[in-house]
Amino acid sequence: MKKASILMIIGSLCLLGLFKFPLWNIMLGAPQYPDPLGMNIHITGIQGVSEFDLQNIDGLNHYIGMKTIPKADEMWEFKAFPIVIISMSVLGVLLGLLGFVGKVDYRYFLGWFILMSILGVMGMYDFNVWLTDYGSNLDPHAIIKVTNEDGTPMTYKPPLFGYKKLLNFNVSSMPALGAWAMFLGMSLTVVAFLVGWKSKRSPSS
Amino acid sequence: MKKYSFYLVTLLGSVLFLSGCGDQNGNASSNGALASNNAEKVYVAPGEHDEFYAFMSGGYSGNVTVYGLPSGRMFKEIPVFSQFPTNGYGYSEETKPMLETSFGFIPNDDSHHPDISQTNGELDGRWLFINGNNTPRIARIDLKTFETAEIIEVPNSAGNHSSSYITENSEYVVAGTRFSVPIPQRDMPIKDYKGNFKGALSFISVAPETGHMDIKFQLIMPGFNYDLSHPGRGKSHGWFFFTTYNTEEANSLLEVNASQNDKDFIAAVNWKKIEEYVENGGGTMVPANYTHNLYSDETHSATSTMKKEVLTVDPTKVPGAVFFMPTPKSPHGVDVNPTGDYIIGNGKLSADLTVFSFDKMIAAIDGKKYDGEAYGLPILKFEDVLAGQVKSGGLGPLHTEFDGKGNAYTTFFISSEVVKWKVGTWEVIDRKPTFYSVGHCMIPGGNSAKPFGKYLISLNKITKDRYLPTGPELEHSAQLYDITGDKMELIYDFPTHGEPHYAAAIPASILAPKSQKIYKLAENEHPFATKSVSDARVVRDGNVVHVYMAMIRSHFTPDNIEGIKVGDKVYFHITNHEQDFDVPHGFMMIGATNSGLLIMPGQTKTTVWEPKQEGVWPFYCTDFCSALHQEMQGYVRVSPASSNIDLSWSLGE
Repeated sequence: MKKASILMIIGSLCLLGLFKFPLWNIMLGAPQYPDPLGMNIHITGIQGVSEFDLQNIDGLNHYIGMKTIPKADEMWEFKAFPIVIISMSVLGVLLGLLGFVGKVDYRYFLGWFILMSILGVMGMYDFNVWLTDYGSNLDPHAIIKVTNEDGTPMTYKPPLFGYKKLLNFNVSSMPALGAWAMFLGMSLTVVAFLVGWKSKRSPSS
Repeated sequence: MKKYSFYLVTLLGSVLFLSGCGDQNGNASSNGALASNNAEKVYVAPGEHDEFYAFMSGGYSGNVTVYGLPSGRMFKEIPVFSQFPTNGYGYSEETKPMLETSFGFIPNDDSHHPDISQTNGELDGRWLFINGNNTPRIARIDLKTFETAEIIEVPNSAGNHSSSYITENSEYVVAGTRFSVPIPQRDMPIKDYKGNFKGALSFISVAPETGHMDIKFQLIMPGFNYDLSHPGRGKSHGWFFFTTYNTEEANSLLEVNASQNDKDFIAAVNWKKIEEYVENGGGTMVPANYTHNLYSDETHSATSTMKKEVLTVDPTKVPGAVFFMPTPKSPHGVDVNPTGDYIIGNGKLSADLTVFSFDKMIAAIDGKKYDGEAYGLPILKFEDVLAGQVKSGGLGPLHTEFDGKGNAYTTFFISSEVVKWKVGTWEVIDRKPTFYSVGHCMIPGGNSAKPFGKYLISLNKITKDRYLPTGPELEHSAQLYDITGDKMELIYDFPTHGEPHYAAAIPASILAPKSQKIYKLAENEHPFATKSVSDARVVRDGNVVHVYMAMIRSHFTPDNIEGIKVGDKVYFHITNHEQDFDVPHGFMMIGATNSGLLIMPGQTKTTVWEPKQEGVWPFYCTDFCSALHQEMQGYVRVSPASSNIDLSWSLGE
C-alpha cells in the first residue's frame, strides 16, 4: 500500500504540469503560411506559439466574422480551471498521504480518478462548446460568407481533436505537453489503485 | 568465344564511361564521370533556396542588387545613394537625411565596391559597405534588414574609387580618392596641379558593436590617382595597399599624359603605425565639412549631422608608415592572397601580372634599400620586392580573386578572359573567354582569408548578343563559372542591373537565419507613430497638417479626412500595424509630387502632400495586401483656403 500511495502522490502532482505547459495546441497552416500560425491553450489563458500569432490569427479571422481570441480575463474558465487543478492535485496528494499512513484504502484512489475523469470530460465538453461558438457564432456583417453545399453557413469550428481542412487552412488540434502530463498522472492513480488492490489481496507484499 | 565476350564488355564499358564524361560538344569535362550538366548546376528548383547571396554594386544606379547563386535570380534592390520610388527611400521624410551631403541633397551616385564585414579575416555577415564614387561617400548596409543604415561623406576626396575595402576585423573601411584635388579646396589654376594637388586616403573606423563609422584619420598623399586598394591579412594584417596611376601628375589628356611612366606605384600603408601615431596625439585637425547620416531602426528615421573637422596626417611625419612599390604599368587592381603573403598588382596597360612578396617588402624596408623617394616617401626597388611575374599572354589584366586552394583568377579586360594561375609557381593553368570585356571577377569570400571557392562570377561590361536585344540600352552581363575542377567551366549567364563593378558574396547559411522579418510595433519610437488605432488623428498647426494614420489589412484609420485647405502642407505619418512577415502596405495620394511609400510591418513612414486643388481626393494602398486590398482606400476633402470647415476624420461612420 505504501508503494501505491507514493504512485498516487506522484500522479496527483503531475497535474501541476498544466501550470507550466499548455493543455491544448491548435495549429493553422496554409500554403502562404509555411510556418504555421498556432495557439497554445493553457489553463490560465491562450498564447500564440510565436510572438504575433494571435494578432495574425485575429487579423485573418476578421474576414470571416470570428470573434477575436479571448484574453485570459474574458473567460471564467481561465479562473476556474487553475482552482480545479490545484484542488484535485492537493486532494490526490492528501489521499496518497492518508493511504501511506493507512487511514484510507486504495478505493479512494479510484474515486479520485473517477472524479477527475468526470471533471475532465466536463472540461472537454466546455472546450467544445467554446470552439463551436467561436467557429459558428459569426458576425453577420462578415466580409466573406461561405455556405455549405446545403446552403447553410459554413462553420469554422476547429476540430476538438485531430485534423480538419478549413478553407485554405489545415487545422490540427492536439493535446499538448500539459495534457500529456495530466494523462500520465491520471494513469498513475489507476496504477496506484491496482497496486493497492493487489497488495490487499496478498498482504505479504 | 569467352575471350570475345570479355572484349565486348570492356569495349561497351569504355564507351559508356567516355560518353558519360564529355559535354555536348564532345570536350572532356574536367570533373570526371560524375559531372552533372550545366543546367543542373545552376538550377534551383521551385521552393529551394540558393547557396549564396551575391551583392552586386549597381554602379550608376547608386544602389546594390542582391542575387542568388547559382541561380542568378535577383532578390532585392537595396537603395543606397539614390532615391528609390519603389519604397520611398530618399523621398520619405525619414530617409531624406540619408542623401544629405555638404553639397546639399544628392539623390544619385555611382556605387562601386561592396565588401562584407569580417571577424578574424572571415566573413561575419553583419554589414555590407559600399562606396559612392562621385560625391565621396561610404555607406553601411545592415544585413539583418538589408537596408542602408549609415552614410558618411568623405571630405578632401573626389572620385571615391579605392574603396570600400575592409580590414580583417572590420577595424577600418578605407576611402581612397581617385582624383587628387587641392586640399583644402580653393580657386587655383588647374595647370598648377603638379605638386599642389593632394590625394586623401581616409581610414574610417567601424564601431565593433554598432558598426557606426567615423573618420579616424586622413593620410594626405602626393597628388597621384589612387585607383584601388586591398587590406593585408594574416601576416600582412596592419597594412593596406593602394594602386596609383598618373604618378606623372598630368592634368589634361590623361589617356596619353598619365601613361608615360613605365611604372606607377602600389602604395603600401602601415595603418597600425599611423593609428599609433594618431593615438599619441599625432596629426593635424583641419576644418572640413561633411555629413554623417545615421538611420535608426527604432525611430525609423535618419538624422544628418554636419561634421566640421577631420584629422589629417602627413605621411612624411610618420617614418616607416608609407612606401611605394614600382608597378608596371598604370596598375588598376591590387589584390592580396588569402594568406596575406602576396600582393598582386595588375598593370592595365601591361600583359603580365606583377606579384610582390610581403616578406621581401618587409626585408627591403628593414634593410632601408630604397630606390629614391617621391615627395619624401621612400620608393622600394622593384627587384627587391618582386616575388614573380605571371606571363599570361593576355591583355589588360585588371583584378584577381582567389579560391582558397592556392589558385588565383585574373580578369583581362582587353582580351576578354579569365586566367587561372597558381600562386607561388606563377604558371597559367587555364584560361576561359568572357562575353565581353570583363571588369572585376568575384569568388564568394574573395576579399577574406577564407574564399569559398566554388563559383567565380565575371562582371562584364559589354552585353551585346548574349540576350534578346532591348533597344540601345542593355543591362550588363554576369557570367558564372564553376571553379571546382582544374579547368573553369562557364555554366550560366545572367543580366545585372546598373553597372555592377564589383560584388561580394556570402553563404546563405550565415545571413538567412539572422534576417529580420518584421519591426516590432511595440519598439517603434518614431515621434509620429500611431501605435494604437485610438491614437489616429489629424492635427493642424498653422497651414501644416499632421495626419497620424494607421494601416492594417484592409483599411486605413482614418479613411475620411475633412477640413484640409488648398495651400496646406499635409504630412501623412503612416504606421503599419501588421506584425506578420512579408505584409507591407503601400500608400499613394493623388497629386502628391513626392513619391509613394512602402511601409513594412511595425514601421512608420511619412510623405508630404500639398493639395493645390479643391475637391475630394482619394488615396489607396499600393501593395497587394489581402483579398480586400482593392478596398483599402480613403478620401481627403480639400476646401478653399478661406474655408472654415473644421478638421475631422473618421473610419466606419
